[in-house]
Amino acid sequence: MIVLHARAELDAIKARGHIECGVHLGLPGFSFANDKGEWTGLDVDYCKSLAAAVLGDSTKVKFTPTSVQQRWAVLQSGQVDLLSRNTTITFSRNATLGVNFQGINFYEGQTFVVRTKAKVAAVKDLADATICVAAGSTEEKMAADWFRERNLKVTIINFQKNDDAISAYDQGRCDAYTAGVGALAGQRIKFKDPAEHQILTEIISNDPQGPVTRWGDERWQLVVRWVLNAQIAAEALGVTSKNVDEMKAKSTNAEVRRLLGVDGKFGAMMGLSDDWAFNLIKQVGNYGESYERTVGMGSPLKLQRGANALWTKGGLLFTPPFQ
Amino acid sequence: MKAFLRDRKVRDIFWQVMATIALVAVVVFFVKNASDNMVKAGIASGFNFLWRDSGIEVPFNITGYKPSDTIWALLWTGIVNTLLVSAASVVLATVVGFTVGLMRLSHNWLLSTLAAVYIEFVRNIPLLFFVLFWYFGVLAALPTPKESFDFLGVIFLNRRGLSIPTPNDASGFHVALLASLVLIGVQIGLARWAKARQARTGQDFPVWSAGFVLCGALPLAFFVWAGVLTSWDLPVLRGFNYRGGFVLVPEFVALFMALSTYTAGFIAEVVRGGIQSVRQGQIDAARALGLTPGRVVRLVVNPQAMPVIIPPITSQYLNLIKNSSFGAAIAYPEIVAVFMGSALVATGQAIEIIAITLGIYLTIGLAVSVFMNWYNARHRLVTR
Repeated sequence: MIVLHARAELDAIKARGHIECGVHLGLPGFSFANDKGEWTGLDVDYCKSLAAAVLGDSTKVKFTPTSVQQRWAVLQSGQVDLLSRNTTITFSRNATLGVNFQGINFYEGQTFVVRTKAKVAAVKDLADATICVAAGSTEEKMAADWFRERNLKVTIINFQKNDDAISAYDQGRCDAYTAGVGALAGQRIKFKDPAEHQILTEIISNDPQGPVTRWGDERWQLVVRWVLNAQIAAEALGVTSKNVDEMKAKSTNAEVRRLLGVDGKFGAMMGLSDDWAFNLIKQVGNYGESYERTVGMGSPLKLQRGANALWTKGGLLFTPPFQ
Repeated sequence: MKAFLRDRKVRDIFWQVMATIALVAVVVFFVKNASDNMVKAGIASGFNFLWRDSGIEVPFNITGYKPSDTIWALLWTGIVNTLLVSAASVVLATVVGFTVGLMRLSHNWLLSTLAAVYIEFVRNIPLLFFVLFWYFGVLAALPTPKESFDFLGVIFLNRRGLSIPTPNDASGFHVALLASLVLIGVQIGLARWAKARQARTGQDFPVWSAGFVLCGALPLAFFVWAGVLTSWDLPVLRGFNYRGGFVLVPEFVALFMALSTYTAGFIAEVVRGGIQSVRQGQIDAARALGLTPGRVVRLVVNPQAMPVIIPPITSQYLNLIKNSSFGAAIAYPEIVAVFMGSALVATGQAIEIIAITLGIYLTIGLAVSVFMNWYNARHRLVTR
C-alpha cells in the first residue's frame, strides 16, 4: 500500500527549506499579492511568522493561492503544509474533512454590503432581495438559514469565485453581497465606486478563523498552534519587533524570558531552535503590530480591534501561558 | 494440447481475459488505496451524504426544490437544469446552424460573407469568454427592477430576469396539451394516407394546409381557451424585486444564448460540408427530370446529405451538453455549479461527487449518441 505523508512534516520542511502555505486568491488585508508578487495581509503574516520560527527566516514561504472549492483538496493531498486563508472553523469540516483547526487569528462576523440608495438599515430589510454569494462558503448556508428561520424570502445566487460574485453585485444583478466584515472591508475597494455602497453594522453569525492543518502529524500541529500563541502572547507581554532585543537582554519577566528563549529551552521541546519566538517577533512583529499594519488603522481597511482585541482589553483573543 | 494452444481463437480469448483481469485489478487497487488513505487521513467517505440536508439555495429550479431538501434533491435539480439549458440550446443551435450553413452556400455575396465572418468569429473564440461576454452583456443591457421593461403590465424584464405570469390552475393546459397531441397523431395518419393515395392514384392532397389547421390553429385556440378559464399568478413589484409568477433568470438566458450561438458556428460548417458532398450531377439530373427546386432539395439533396451531416452533428450536440458546465462560471445552477461546487465544498466528499457527476454526463452523452445513431440508421438512404 502507498502511504501518504509518511515523513514527519517538520523534518520535511527543514529539508525543503521553505514552508508551503495555502492562502486566499486575493483578499485585501488578509492575503493579497501586489504587482511585484509580494504577499501581504494578516493570514500571510501568520505564515511568515511560522517560517521565521521554523527556519529562522520569514521570507522562506511559498504561497499557494487557493479558491473556496480547492482549499480542502490542496491541504488533504499534502500540496501545502497548512491553510491560512480566512477559513471558518465549523464542526462538520473538523469531523469529516480530516483537518484540524489550530486556534483563532481572526474573529469574523457575517454581514451584507448594499447600495446606499437602497435605504437598508437592518438585515431584515433585505426581505425579497437578491443576494450574491460565493458558492460553498459558510456565508452561503448561513444566509439561507437566517432568512428561512425568519420566514423571509430572498433569492441567493451562488458564484464559484468571490470576484465573480462581487462584479455581478456591482453590475446590479443583486441587491446585496454577503461576506465577513473583515473580508467586505477589503473587497469594497474592488467596487467601481466604493462610496455608493454601505456595509451593514448588523452581524448575523460568528465565524472564527485560523490556521488549518491535516490530521496526523501532532508535532507539526504543535508548532502551528504555538506560533499563533506566541504572536498573541508577545502582544500581551508587551514584546514588539522594536523592543525585542532589549527585552531579551534585560527583561526580568519569567514568561518573557521563556518565550524569547533565555530560559527554559522551549524551542527544543518542539524541535525548533530556542530563539524561534524571538525570530518571529523580530521579523514579523507581534499580533497587534501585524493587525494594525494589515487590517487595522495603518491599512486602508481601518478595522477596529473589536472582538480581535486581547482578552485583557475587552476582546476575545487569548493564549494559554508559556509555562 | 499443443494444437489447442495454437488455435488462434483460443489465444485471442486468452489474451482478452488476461487484459480484463489486469484492468479490474488496477481499478480495485486504486479504489482500495484511495479509501484506505482516506480512512487514515480522517476524511469521510461513502454515499450517505446524499441524504443529508443540503441547506443550499437554488434560485432557478422547476423541480420544486427547497433548501430543506436532501443533497440528492439538489443533485436532481442540477441534472434537470443541465438538461433544460442543453435541450433549449440544441434546438436553437440547430436552427441557427442550418440557416448559417445554407447562407454560406448562397450565391449572394453579402449573405455568404456574413455567414463566413460569423463562423470564423465563433470558432476562434474561447467559450468561457463567450459565456462571460453574454452574461455581463445581458446584465449591462437590462434596466433595474424599478425601471423594468413592461409588456402589457403582466410580463416584466429587468436585471433579475424575465418575470412571467403562471396559471394558478394548470389542468386546462393539460387538457389542451393532450388534445394537441391527438391532433398531431391525426395529422401523421393523414399524411401517410395522402402519400399512399398519391402512390396509388397520383392524386395530390393539401397535407400542408391541413397540418396548419390541425397542428397550428386548433391547438393555439385550445391554449387560449385554457388561459381564459384559469386565474393567473401575476408578478408584482414588492420591495426590491418582482414577486409571483415564474422568473427566467439572466444566467439561463446568457448561457442559452452563448451555447447556441457558439455551437451554431460549428454546425453551420458541418451542414455546408454535408450539402457539398452531394455531387452536382445528382442535382442536374433531378432538374432534368423536371422536379421543382423545393423537391430537388427534399428528395435528392437531403437524403444524401443527412447521413454525412448527422454523425458530426451528434458530436456537436455532445459538446454542447458538456459545455453547459460553463454555466458554473456565471452562477447558472446546473450540475457542476450546485453539485460539484456547493455540495462538494459543503460535504468535502470530492471523490464520490466527481464520480457521480462523471457518471451522469456519461449517461446523458451515451443516451444522445444512441438516439442519434438510431435516427441516422432510420433515415439512411435505402440503396437497392
